[in-house]
Amino acid sequence: MLLNKLGSFRYMLAAVALATGTMTALPAPAQVKGLELIAPASPGGGWDQHARAVQQVLQKLDLASGVQVANIPGAGGTIGLAQFVTAKKRAPSMLVGGQIMVGAIVTNKSPVTLDQVTPLARLTGEYTAIVVPTDSPLTSFEQLVEKFKADPGSVSWGGGSAGGSDQILAGLIAKQLKIEPSKINYVATAGGGELMSSILGGHITLAMGGYNEFAPQIQTGKLRALAVSAPERLAGVETPTLKEQGVDLEFVNWRGIFAQSGIKASEKKQLDEMIGKMAKSAEWQEILTQRGWIDQYQPADQFAGFLKEERAQIETTLTELGLVK
Amino acid sequence: METLVALSSGFAVAMTPYNLMWSALGVTIGTAIGVLPGIGPALTLALLLPVTYGLEPVSAFIMFAGIYYGAMYGGSTTAILLNTPGESGSIVTAIDGHAMARQGRGAQALATAAIGSFIAGTIATLALTFVAPLMVKLALLFGPAEYFALMVLALTTVTAVLGASLSRGLASLFFGLALGLVGIDLQTGQARLTFGILELLDGIDTVIVAVGLFAIGETLYNAARYRFEKEEIYALKGSKWMGKEDWKRSWKPWLRGTALGFPIGALPAGGSEIPTFLSYLVEKRLSKHPEEFGKGAIEAVAGPEAANNASAAGTLAPLLSLGLPTSATAAIMLAAFQQYGLQPGPLLFDNNPDLVWGMIASLYIGNALLLLLNLPLVGLWVKLLVIPRPWLYAGILVFATLGAYTLNNNVVDLIILWIIGLIGFGMRVLDVPVAPCVVGLILGPLAEQQFRRALAISQGDPTVFFTHPLSLGLLITAALLVLVPVVLKARQNRREQDAQAQI
Repeated sequence: MLLNKLGSFRYMLAAVALATGTMTALPAPAQVKGLELIAPASPGGGWDQHARAVQQVLQKLDLASGVQVANIPGAGGTIGLAQFVTAKKRAPSMLVGGQIMVGAIVTNKSPVTLDQVTPLARLTGEYTAIVVPTDSPLTSFEQLVEKFKADPGSVSWGGGSAGGSDQILAGLIAKQLKIEPSKINYVATAGGGELMSSILGGHITLAMGGYNEFAPQIQTGKLRALAVSAPERLAGVETPTLKEQGVDLEFVNWRGIFAQSGIKASEKKQLDEMIGKMAKSAEWQEILTQRGWIDQYQPADQFAGFLKEERAQIETTLTELGLVK
Repeated sequence: METLVALSSGFAVAMTPYNLMWSALGVTIGTAIGVLPGIGPALTLALLLPVTYGLEPVSAFIMFAGIYYGAMYGGSTTAILLNTPGESGSIVTAIDGHAMARQGRGAQALATAAIGSFIAGTIATLALTFVAPLMVKLALLFGPAEYFALMVLALTTVTAVLGASLSRGLASLFFGLALGLVGIDLQTGQARLTFGILELLDGIDTVIVAVGLFAIGETLYNAARYRFEKEEIYALKGSKWMGKEDWKRSWKPWLRGTALGFPIGALPAGGSEIPTFLSYLVEKRLSKHPEEFGKGAIEAVAGPEAANNASAAGTLAPLLSLGLPTSATAAIMLAAFQQYGLQPGPLLFDNNPDLVWGMIASLYIGNALLLLLNLPLVGLWVKLLVIPRPWLYAGILVFATLGAYTLNNNVVDLIILWIIGLIGFGMRVLDVPVAPCVVGLILGPLAEQQFRRALAISQGDPTVFFTHPLSLGLLITAALLVLVPVVLKARQNRREQDAQAQI
C-alpha cells in the first residue's frame, strides 16, 4: 500500500518531467559526473533556488551530469554545513551558502566553520533597501537619521531573523551615525510576507530587505525607498545610495558556493573553471535577469579574500549588537 | 459585473482540454502528497518548479493550484484512518475523525471531510473572486498586537480539548508550550533548551510531534492493550454513505468553518492550523452533543476540514493582489511567478488577466475534480482498516517514521519522533489528553513572538493590546469564550441545588 503510493508519486513526478520536455537532454560527454549540490535550506528559499539554478545551467551546458540537489535545512545553514563537512566523500559535492551563514555560525556557536570548507565562487548578491510606507511622515533618509538620533528606540527596524543580514546592516549604519548598535529597536520577522504586511500596514517604522522584494510595491506607490546599500544607484532606480546620504557604507547580501576542504588542487581547479564557465554563460545571465539577482561573480581566489574580510566585519558587528558575547 | 466577465473568460482558458489535464494532474499529485506525511505541497512545488519551465505559465499555475488544494484534501485521509495527520492543518481532524473510523464510521468521516472541503473551497474561491482586495485591507490592519490577541483567542480552544481532568489537561498544555520554546529565539537569536544539539536549533516540527503523539503513541498503546482487551474496529458499520443525521449535523459546521478559514488564511501570519482550532472550539460550544467531542463527533471533522481548505484559498488573496506570500507554498508560487518574469501584485490583474482569472477559474474546476476523485475512493480507503491488526499497527509505525524522515532528511527527527511517541504512549496510559499539547506547541511560540514584537514597537508599553480596537475586541471575545461556559455551569448548578433544596 505504502510502497505503491510512494511509487505512483514518483511516477507522477516523472510523468510531469517528461511531459514538459526539459529532461530529454541526451547525455553528452560531461566533465563532472554525479555532482551533488547541497542547499542548506528548505525548498523555495534563496539558497535552494540558487542550487537549482546552478543545477539547471550546469546540465544544460554539459559541464556536469547527474547533478542532484539535496536540501538539508536548519539553523541558518549550519546544519547543512556540518553535514557537508563530515559527510563521506564519494561523489564530488558542493555547498551553496551566503552571508547569513557567516552570522549564523557565530551566533549558533556552530562546531564547524567556513575554515573547514573551500570557497569556490561568489555568485550573486542583493543590495538592501530601506523602505517606509508611503504615508509615513519620513520622506527622506535624512529625516530618518534625525529621528533615530533624537530617540533611537522610537524607530522600529523590521527585517529578517536576529543576527541576519538586515540586522547586521542596521548595526553598521548605527555605528556610522555614532549611535551604539545595541540601542537599535530591531523587530525580527520571518521575512517575506510577514515583513511586507508589517510595513504596508504601518506597524513598524521601516523595513529592510533585498531591493527586488520591495520593487513592485515601490513601483505602485505603496512603499517609499529611502536608501539602498549599493555602491552606486541601481540601474533604472532613483533611490539614492547610503553613501550619497552621508553613510559611508556598501553592503551586499551575497550568495556563493563552496567545495569540501580535502579536495586536491587539480579538483579545485576543475570545479573553479566549471563554475566560471557557468557564471559567464548566457543561460546563467538569463536566470539572473529573470530572478532579479545581481551578478557578483568572483572566482575562488578572490572570493577567499573577500570572505576573510566579510567574516571579520560580521563578527565584530554581531558583538557590538550584543548578539554575541 | 466586470468581475463576472473576467471570470467567464478565465473559465474559457481553464476549460480547454489541455489545461483541464494539468488541473487533473495537479489535484491527483496534491491528494497523493497530502496522504503522505512529510511531503508537503511546498516541497512538491519546489521540485516541480524547474521542470515546469517549458510549460505555459497559465498551465503551470493551474497545476500548482490543483496541487495546493489537493494536498489540503488528502491530508484528512490519513488523519482519519491512521491517526497520522499528513499536514499540520489536519491535526484537529485526527482527533474525532480517527475516533469515528474506529467505530466503523470512517466512510462518513471521509465523506464529510471531502464534501466539506469542496463546499469550503468553492465558497472561499467565490470570496477570493469578489472580496480579495477587501480581505487584504483587513489583513494589513493586523499588527503584532492584533496577532497576539488572535493567538490568545485560539488558545481558548484548549478549553474544548482539555478532557475530563483539568490538571491533566493543563499538564499536557504546558508540555506543549515547553516544547514550543525549543530552538533559536527569533527576536534575539539566542538558543533555548537545545542542549548544544545543532539539530534542535530550528525547534521541533509540529508535524513530528503530532505524528509522534497521535500515530506512534496511540498505536503503541493499542498494541500494548491488544492481548488484554480486544476493541472491535469496524471497517464499515452500516452504509458507506452519509445518513440524514450526518448531513444535518455537517452543513452548518462546513459553513462556519469556511467563514473562519478564509479570512484567517488571508492573514499573513494566520496559517491553516488556527482556523481549524477555532472551528473545533466553536462547534463544541454550539453543539447539542458536546459530550461526543473527542469520541467521534462528525461536526468536529466537518468544521475543521472546511476551515483548512478555506484557508488555502485565503492564502491566495494576498498573494495575487499584493504579491505577499503568507505560507511556504505561497512563497514558492511567488518564485514561480518570478520564473516567468511575472510580478504578482496589483498590476498582475491588469497585465496578465488570462493568467489570474484562468487560475481562479481552475480553482473551481479543481475543487469539482477533487470531489469526483475522492468520494468514490472512500469505500476503498476504509478497507485499510480490514488489514489484520498487527500488520496495520506495523504499517502505521513504518508510515509515520518514513514520513518524519522525509520532512527534513534528518535522522535526529526520527529520534525526536520516537521519544515523543514514547511520551505519547505514557500520556495515553496515564489518561493525559494529547490534543492540548499540540495546541500549546503550535500557538505558544506564535503568541510569544507577536507579544514581544508588539512590546518592542510600543517601547515596552503594555496598553497596546487594549488601545487597538481590533486587539481589544479579540481579547474580549476570548475572555467571554472562557468565562461564559463557567458562569452558565455555575448557575445551572445553583439552580439544581435550589431545586433539590425545595424538595
